[in-house]
Amino acid sequence: MAQVKNRLTPFFENITFDRDDNELVLNFGPQHPSAHGQLRLMLHLQQEQIVKAHPDIGYLHRGMEKMAENMIYNEFMPTTDRMDYIASSSNNYGFALAVEKLIGLEVPRRAKVIRMMLLEINRLMSHLFWLATTALDIGAMTVFLYAFREREYLMDIIEGYCGARLTHAAIRIGGVPLDIQDSFLHQLRVFLNKLPQNIKDYEDLLDTNRIWLMRMEEVGTISTEMALSWGCTGPMLRASGVAWDIRKEEPYELYDEVEFDVPFSDKGDNFARYRIYMEEMRQSAKILYQCIEMYEKCEKDGQTELMAHAPKYISAPKIDIMTQNYSLMQHFVLVTQGMRPPVGEVYVPTESPKGELGFYINSQGGPYPYRLKLRAPSFWHTGILTDLLPGHYIPDVVSIIGTTNIVFGEVDR
Amino acid sequence: MRAYKSKDNVQAKAYYTDRFYVAPQVPKQDVDCDETFSSDLEAIKAKFEVKEAYVQVGQMVVYINAHDIYGVLELMRDELEYTQLSEMSAIDWLAKDNTFEIFYQMLSMTKRKRIRVKYFIENGQAVDSVEALFRSADWAEREMYDMFGIEANGHPFMKRILMPYDWQGHPLLKTYPLQGDEFAAWYEVDKIYGKEARDIIGPELRDTARVDRYDSERFSRLGFEVPKGTEITGEEEPHVESYQEEGGVFLVKKFDKESSKVIDDPQR
Repeated sequence: MAQVKNRLTPFFENITFDRDDNELVLNFGPQHPSAHGQLRLMLHLQQEQIVKAHPDIGYLHRGMEKMAENMIYNEFMPTTDRMDYIASSSNNYGFALAVEKLIGLEVPRRAKVIRMMLLEINRLMSHLFWLATTALDIGAMTVFLYAFREREYLMDIIEGYCGARLTHAAIRIGGVPLDIQDSFLHQLRVFLNKLPQNIKDYEDLLDTNRIWLMRMEEVGTISTEMALSWGCTGPMLRASGVAWDIRKEEPYELYDEVEFDVPFSDKGDNFARYRIYMEEMRQSAKILYQCIEMYEKCEKDGQTELMAHAPKYISAPKIDIMTQNYSLMQHFVLVTQGMRPPVGEVYVPTESPKGELGFYINSQGGPYPYRLKLRAPSFWHTGILTDLLPGHYIPDVVSIIGTTNIVFGEVDR
Repeated sequence: MRAYKSKDNVQAKAYYTDRFYVAPQVPKQDVDCDETFSSDLEAIKAKFEVKEAYVQVGQMVVYINAHDIYGVLELMRDELEYTQLSEMSAIDWLAKDNTFEIFYQMLSMTKRKRIRVKYFIENGQAVDSVEALFRSADWAEREMYDMFGIEANGHPFMKRILMPYDWQGHPLLKTYPLQGDEFAAWYEVDKIYGKEARDIIGPELRDTARVDRYDSERFSRLGFEVPKGTEITGEEEPHVESYQEEGGVFLVKKFDKESSKVIDDPQR
């Protein structure tokens, strides 16, 4: 737009304006409660309608890729927690899987089952959190309280497993550090048996709620082309008519052994995304039931190994370290110097609750990655706001940010 | 005299490497091992020069010329069904041969295949923007510029994305130290207090793990804290912190273990 300086009537002759139209530039954030973090949006408005949106990010930039280049592989694991801190085990898992692919490790079956349980619990936690915060943004306080209550149960289970509620660091390269606690399966079953009723409660509150529908239906419509072009993944892409779930299409772990459906919609609006989140929670519960069975079968078959056996890369079990000299030496070298994966590179995508979480690792045979690129889904889901917001009205901004489900630990990394 | 340290890569390095250690390689397969990949490669080869191609950990890696990138990605998107650019960024090889390696991670959802397109550019050379093909490259190229200083020709808004606009230096370069450089140490001091306050405030302390070992006054004297500057005699009275006011707080009851109910089952 041409920047014409216009001089007003003599009374205001000392004031000049940069613009000659009546566009208003609204600064949304970076401290807006419904921005779910430090998102700054510069919105150009015509009346209440947005004509141009410019998302500004970087307020939570901690330089994780730089940190990764200066840390041994195991050291970086707790840092990945701080990416998508709503579902931190999925970040741990993405990184662990990438390094395992780089080394070529095979993880014991029992560890795989435990990891899958953690992943799906994290997905449920993330989706419940999404539902709670989005509903709160739109004004449905009750749903917020209900969904947080259920999320609290899950966090109790996770806390019982790894001692942390948000930053789990519950997964290691090569397996898991611990077996699940005795009460884990029971607690999980109690939760899962209750979950369908809980989801139904949320839906009863929202599905036919007039306010909810007005804020959700036909708002924030993303076409298939736009979603593909912007690199959207996960529920964002599935709501826009592409049934692409990495768990199904490029199965990792034991996802090829479990039965689940991939919900998708061709509507592309906020409401479609909401429906997909709800349906995915049901599918996660379905996977978790199957995981419980798989775990019990592991126990019956006497599969007790939790960490892969690869003395060059993975420390021996604690009992060996305490009793055998060579294991202790190996452990000492792996802790002080770090493992040295082979020279090569790998890009490993996993389906995190938000979308495709990818780790690109370039190893030059040293104990530090030469280059590590974190492909966080939320980064692109924030970028799409540039094209998505124009044409919408100010109140829609909040519901659109809500349904894109962005987490700033992940956007800024 | 201090030992000379190379400045072209200041990142953490292994403090010990066995001099007979030969790093193993992640195996590379020939492209012929996969039908889809070999036919895709043929299609690219028909129009563009391919320098090297192989399959590593189930994904094809294709090296091309820097000036072909737009054409190759266009061909891949329109004819080979690689409809998504998952990720793109650079790798810093300046210390080795003054080049950057740029990679584009492509995904085909119909074929369920991933290809990594790569090329090298000289230091100071710009890349061709693919923003017109994939909108996701808009932010990815901005991030690459921010982190490495590599500009993209034809990009509509080539500005920093994660760092502040007035930042100097590109953080992911191997020459950039982990704790930041001189500019980084003064950036916030200058911004908030102004340059003239530098002497009073001092540079920003960027080593968060730093412990002042001479600070014996407040460090680890829990329960025996004294005001700063007080002489420590070792005979201080223990400082008991009371956590509940005498007489209670309005609406808050004093915690009574006897009358409280313990819930054993966290699921209720």
